[in-house]
Amino acid sequence: MAAPMLRWCCPGRRFAFAWVGCGSCHRRGPPTGSTSNGKRGQSSVAQQPHFTAQKPREGEHEWAAVVGLEIHAQIASNSKLFSGSQVHFAAPPNSLVSFFDASLPGTLPVLNRRCVEAAVMTGLALDCHINRKSLFDRKHYFYADLPAGYQITQQRLPIAVNGSLAYSVCVGRKPSRMVTRTVRVKQIQLEQDSGKSLHDDLRSQTLIDLNRAGIGLLELVLEPDMSCGEEAATAVRELQLILQALGTSQANMAEGQLRVDANISVHRPGEPLGVRTEVKNLNSARFLAKAIDYEIQRQINELENGGEILNETRSFDNRLGCTVPMRDKEGRQDYRFMPEPNLPPLLLYDSGSLPSGADPQQVINVDQLRERLPELPRVTRERLVRQYGMLPEHSCALLNEVGLLEFFQNVIKETRAEPKKVTSWVLNTFLGFLKQRNLAVSESPVTPSALAELLDLLDRKAISSSAAKQVFEELWRNDGKTPAQIVAEKKLELLQDPEALEQLCRSTLEAHPHVVMDLKRGNARAINKLIGLVRKATLGRADPTAIKEVLERQLSS
Amino acid sequence: MSSLLSASRGLRTGEAALRRPRRSEMWARAAHLGLRAAARGRRGFTSKADPQGSGRVTGELIQHLERLSLVDFGSQEAVARLEKAIAFADRLRAVNTDGVEPMESVLEDRCLYLRSDNVVEGSCAEELLQNSHRVVEEYFVAPPGNISWSKLDEKQPFSHR
Repeated sequence: MAAPMLRWCCPGRRFAFAWVGCGSCHRRGPPTGSTSNGKRGQSSVAQQPHFTAQKPREGEHEWAAVVGLEIHAQIASNSKLFSGSQVHFAAPPNSLVSFFDASLPGTLPVLNRRCVEAAVMTGLALDCHINRKSLFDRKHYFYADLPAGYQITQQRLPIAVNGSLAYSVCVGRKPSRMVTRTVRVKQIQLEQDSGKSLHDDLRSQTLIDLNRAGIGLLELVLEPDMSCGEEAATAVRELQLILQALGTSQANMAEGQLRVDANISVHRPGEPLGVRTEVKNLNSARFLAKAIDYEIQRQINELENGGEILNETRSFDNRLGCTVPMRDKEGRQDYRFMPEPNLPPLLLYDSGSLPSGADPQQVINVDQLRERLPELPRVTRERLVRQYGMLPEHSCALLNEVGLLEFFQNVIKETRAEPKKVTSWVLNTFLGFLKQRNLAVSESPVTPSALAELLDLLDRKAISSSAAKQVFEELWRNDGKTPAQIVAEKKLELLQDPEALEQLCRSTLEAHPHVVMDLKRGNARAINKLIGLVRKATLGRADPTAIKEVLERQLSS
Repeated sequence: MSSLLSASRGLRTGEAALRRPRRSEMWARAAHLGLRAAARGRRGFTSKADPQGSGRVTGELIQHLERLSLVDFGSQEAVARLEKAIAFADRLRAVNTDGVEPMESVLEDRCLYLRSDNVVEGSCAEELLQNSHRVVEEYFVAPPGNISWSKLDEKQPFSHR
């Protein structure tokens, strides 16, 4: 691999960077020594190792950035983690709150089985070691949307540890190839979500809605194995797809079901890791990479100007496109972790250790869950490449859009056209139309059957490809007509009579001797003019390749 | 803000505050203050207090504790009581626990009950809101805090955290 992280000139070149620079990122192994990166810090008053980056040495212009992520995914369940109130996105304020969620005295937590299963499945999908015994703890801090004054989480012994998440990035240009990177998953733990606070600065008050308080969250801690915004964004995207495939979370960032915090630091390659900052409020896929890249650049600029980086929490301002410090932490937070006294340890079993005569409702069998895991996105993509001979980028694109894979598979089922043709039509034409009109696959006016029929016509050479595009546009208008009907109405059928085509070609050649002479004199492109003329004469009903063939034959004779 | 929150939580200031927290919580807090060799080693109060020495608690530590726990150590008597509590907890160190697995919970032999994922509670907003001193349109009202600095947010009256 070439030189480490390039010198970042301006954020505008991020696209180029993603293809070239990012691919040649200096890959380092697990960070040694420093404990500041990746750990879920701010947990104590204890000193964080404080490394000041050294002044830039003469001739050295390279920086390496290190990015770790903490991702909170809302578990897709009917009820909350420790209470029986409903989990629902939009509802009247405080209507989905039980006495336990409001932290009224005398209430106790009761663990939701579905949430445990979701955590185990996610752990298995990310190749984690599932801890057969895990513990619950209280993390104390005061904030108005945390009615109990503490959050029940799993700090000492989480439910899953030591996994990995694989994602693909595009490296190089022409030819670009897909390279698989992995990021280590430090741990996955179950924890409670807090309520929502709405700040009313005008009246100096905060309005609290506890509907979200108590919803089960999966916190996934990713080690700082990533080195730029693009890698982080891609890893998050892959995680989204995995969670959606498993059904453990809908992972919709817009609805707050997936929240990401990034821990970012920069350092000179070969030197110890730098001081890290935590960037919170990264709640949109679009701004995730942008925010991380901005922060990396900010740190580089700061250090190159002789300043130093503070170990602080920052938030990303979408409108300004920059990170700003958050004032809420006065000094270090001390969460005063203590064991949750109301919950015994969580024990998981496998087929070998299952206690006999146990109530199946009360035990969770990890082996059983492993068998029931659905196909993961990575496997689906490989299967598509194998089965239909498509490029990896295409399989990525198919999985990237909700419902697109299903659409594609339905078209394949009904058409006789080659899979490559189907892939091309679905990813280029169909998806292009959707994106232009900002529609989801479910809102498409063209059904898989309609597209399948159209592709059959094309396959039979009943119409030319340009005619097919015209038909597709008509179909999009959704007048209820089938492709065959449209073709008939607009007289788009290909000229089936070879004699007529020969006749037309001959007459065109005779009518335009200058062009013929031009061609004979060596201007190869003159043939296109002739093809165009013949096509006009046939009213667009002849296939250009067929025309070219006939013309060339006639000219050479 | 801390006094407001204290008030809303029903905590009284002064030495009574030290009796307010439940025994187990106070015990745990004091134990954490005192124990230096905790297995995790994350709590480094050694830099601020001097548990093995005079048993005096510094003003800096008091401030820190007040901020964390929202308990007002108003009087000298309160600080003295705290020091006595720390000394009391220090006696734990007299016990040799080398090679002994710590007990995390008296419930460790109990079975953790798993509830099935059904909706059985909620829809009692009115009842819950009755507990609140101030209410605005079915929201609880709290004093502001923990907002980011960006002055531009002034234009937006509501921002989600």
